[in-house]
Amino acid sequence: MKFAVKAATGGRARAGMLHLGPNLMETPALLLSTRKGLPVFISPDLLPCLPRPDSHLLQFSPLHFLDGPCPKTISSIGGLHQMLGLHEYGFVAVARDSVQSLPEFDSTNKFGASFETPCGRRLVKPVEYMEMISSMRPNLWTTLADEVPAWVSDKRNKTSVDRTVKWLDECITMSPAGGAVFGSIVGGSNIEERQRCAQEVAKRNVSGYWIGGFGLAESMNDRPPLLNAVTDNLPEERPRLICGLGLPEEVLQGIAAGVDLFDSAYIYHLTLGGFALIFPLDGMETSDIGSDCTKINLRATMYRKDTTPIVEGCSCYTCQNHTKAYINHLLNVHEMLAQILLEIHNTYHYLGFFRSIRYAIKEGKFEEFQNKFVQSRRSSCILE
Amino acid sequence: PVEAYREPSVLGRFNRARAAQLTLPHFVSQTPLFMPVGTQGTIKGLTTSQLEEIGAQIILGNTYHLALRPTSELIDELGGLHKFMNWPRAMLTDSGGFQMVSLLHLADITEKGVTFQSPVDGKPMLLTPEESIQIQNRIGADIIMALDDVVKTTITGPRIEEAMYRTLRWIDRCIEAHTRPHEQNLFGIVQGGLDPVLRDICVKGLVDRNLPGYAIGGLAGGEDKDSFWRVVAQCTASLPENKPRYVMGVGYPLDIVVCSSLGADMYDCVYPTRTARFGTALVPEGVLKLKQRAMADDTRPIDPTCACMVCKNYTRAYIHCLVTKEAMGSQLLSYHNLYYMMQLSRNLHSAIVEGRFPEICKTPKPSERHFIVSLPYETSNRVCF
Ligand SMILES: [Zn+2]
Ligand SMILES: [Zn+2]
Repeated sequence: MKFAVKAATGGRARAGMLHLGPNLMETPALLLSTRKGLPVFISPDLLPCLPRPDSHLLQFSPLHFLDGPCPKTISSIGGLHQMLGLHEYGFVAVARDSVQSLPEFDSTNKFGASFETPCGRRLVKPVEYMEMISSMRPNLWTTLADEVPAWVSDKRNKTSVDRTVKWLDECITMSPAGGAVFGSIVGGSNIEERQRCAQEVAKRNVSGYWIGGFGLAESMNDRPPLLNAVTDNLPEERPRLICGLGLPEEVLQGIAAGVDLFDSAYIYHLTLGGFALIFPLDGMETSDIGSDCTKINLRATMYRKDTTPIVEGCSCYTCQNHTKAYINHLLNVHEMLAQILLEIHNTYHYLGFFRSIRYAIKEGKFEEFQNKFVQSRRSSCILE
Repeated sequence: PVEAYREPSVLGRFNRARAAQLTLPHFVSQTPLFMPVGTQGTIKGLTTSQLEEIGAQIILGNTYHLALRPTSELIDELGGLHKFMNWPRAMLTDSGGFQMVSLLHLADITEKGVTFQSPVDGKPMLLTPEESIQIQNRIGADIIMALDDVVKTTITGPRIEEAMYRTLRWIDRCIEAHTRPHEQNLFGIVQGGLDPVLRDICVKGLVDRNLPGYAIGGLAGGEDKDSFWRVVAQCTASLPENKPRYVMGVGYPLDIVVCSSLGADMYDCVYPTRTARFGTALVPEGVLKLKQRAMADDTRPIDPTCACMVCKNYTRAYIHCLVTKEAMGSQLLSYHNLYYMMQLSRNLHSAIVEGRFPEICKTPKPSERHFIVSLPYETSNRVCF
């Protein structure tokens, strides 16, 4: 892995280049969420309809494979790239996926981190985690963390930082050859703990940083100082990945704090809810009735006879081939094609959002972009 | 106006088996062919471009479901089902009667039509032959089916005879009601249960109406295989050579091979996609149950001889961890199973054209024989699949 910051704004936001596996891509970038390595609904033959290399970072949780195939089998198949037939893609391993594999801080102890998974509550020790990583051979992996929600006591929060740093050292000791290591940073909603954790992790020999413990019940207003406390203590030249910031405004918050890589669990939630992203990617005006200005719900009766695509002019497979009326019907009759088409459009659209952000940063207009976006959403929501 | 129909040109024969080219308004298809079932205006878990890619030629829509949602009026208003779901190739809709009888236990058949309780508000509703055709005219498929009086093949007695004669009376009402004969082909359905005399009367009656195609109905409903094949053999023998023959509800690979050997051309069944959702893959040796524990560490593809996207990329072990848990599991298995059915159709077609039809009926290795069945009538050798 190689990373270089190419453009910085006056603030913390930055544009960079990430060389991961066979892909050279610009940051800030979105990692596509997967279930067992494949997008939840977009089958591998449809993946090439998404822009590349933008869509070539796939995030997965090793815990998805707790019910098989076992590490030995994955290893004998030749790792994740081979098992999924996706050699052109960069795989990023993060234990938590913000959807089905969630940190269960109550049951986490000094031996390992506990997660709620589809196979029930599971305690994962660093040695087991590393066994999974070794067999899967991702291009990039994050160390095991003890993530806690915003409301835990200072004592519990401090323990989580201590454990996360200890596990980081254990993971690095056991780390397999190949694959970039991102050191995990926690610290909950405590600025000092965030700083302490970032400083500790920054001392280690890692390729980049994973910022954990967000999207776990902290308020949006509390977030910027916490994010800044982390990024201000990290070396400029290494990439930063975060999980748990989903909404466009939240992504902008992260970017404003100097984060480079984001997860896309948000797209999954949108898709399941029957939502399609519609906010304009160039200008910042929107006037679609029955929306919250960023998305529409295609279940709404008003789309029953709407023969226009989700977004006029969108070049995604869905908008090129199907109408709102058809997707409305598919949702009404609970047909899986609805989710396939929505996941394609939403992913395509969000990748476009990231492209606009990179452009704004390179033009030195990120702050303007962020303000406009947040403003336009607020004002058009008031208009309704 | 689009030409609704051209008589199929038979490209090759092997005994009674035939390979033909069927020209429909939206597509020129090669027979024998299997039609994937897209009940609600979509084949479960596949995009229309994937369907084209695997070689689907005609897909089936279910009139009963489409009439409920999104309604045939809406489909009509938006330009027909082809446009609504963006499917450029051919399409067939059923009459809706069979679905009512099989899905709604309160359905009752009278001379007027099929009465049933509306699943929406519980009120009694009536589907007449005229209405079925009107709905199908609105949906706009290349092939539409006459409303028939369906009875289970396992039923015996005067009900079978009544249903056969009623089917013949209804075909005239269907023909009369059909408003788009130049764009849509109305197929009649041969009924008559397992009774050769009744089947014969029905075939003759329908052939007299000179329809663009004929379906053999009332089968694949639990009757034994010998009776099933006997009826197919009898019907195909007396149906006109120059018209397509469609065996309704047939979808097991073996049945398709046998029916094709008897001169049938078209098939449809939910089996390949339904069985995929339960984790079962179709393979040359029979079926592979991907849920089984034995698959967990099996690093071979589902079918090493299959050229589909799934078999080229994925191991049984990986599919095992997806099936019945992730949407992707049924998407990938449906893709493979439909590819398998399309490949079977292509193989049948080219084998007949190239005079290699008996090869299709042979199994490569004795150890791989999962089904061994004896063929009725002229073929005395055994068919294995
Ligand atoms: Zn789109
Ligand atoms: Zn296959």
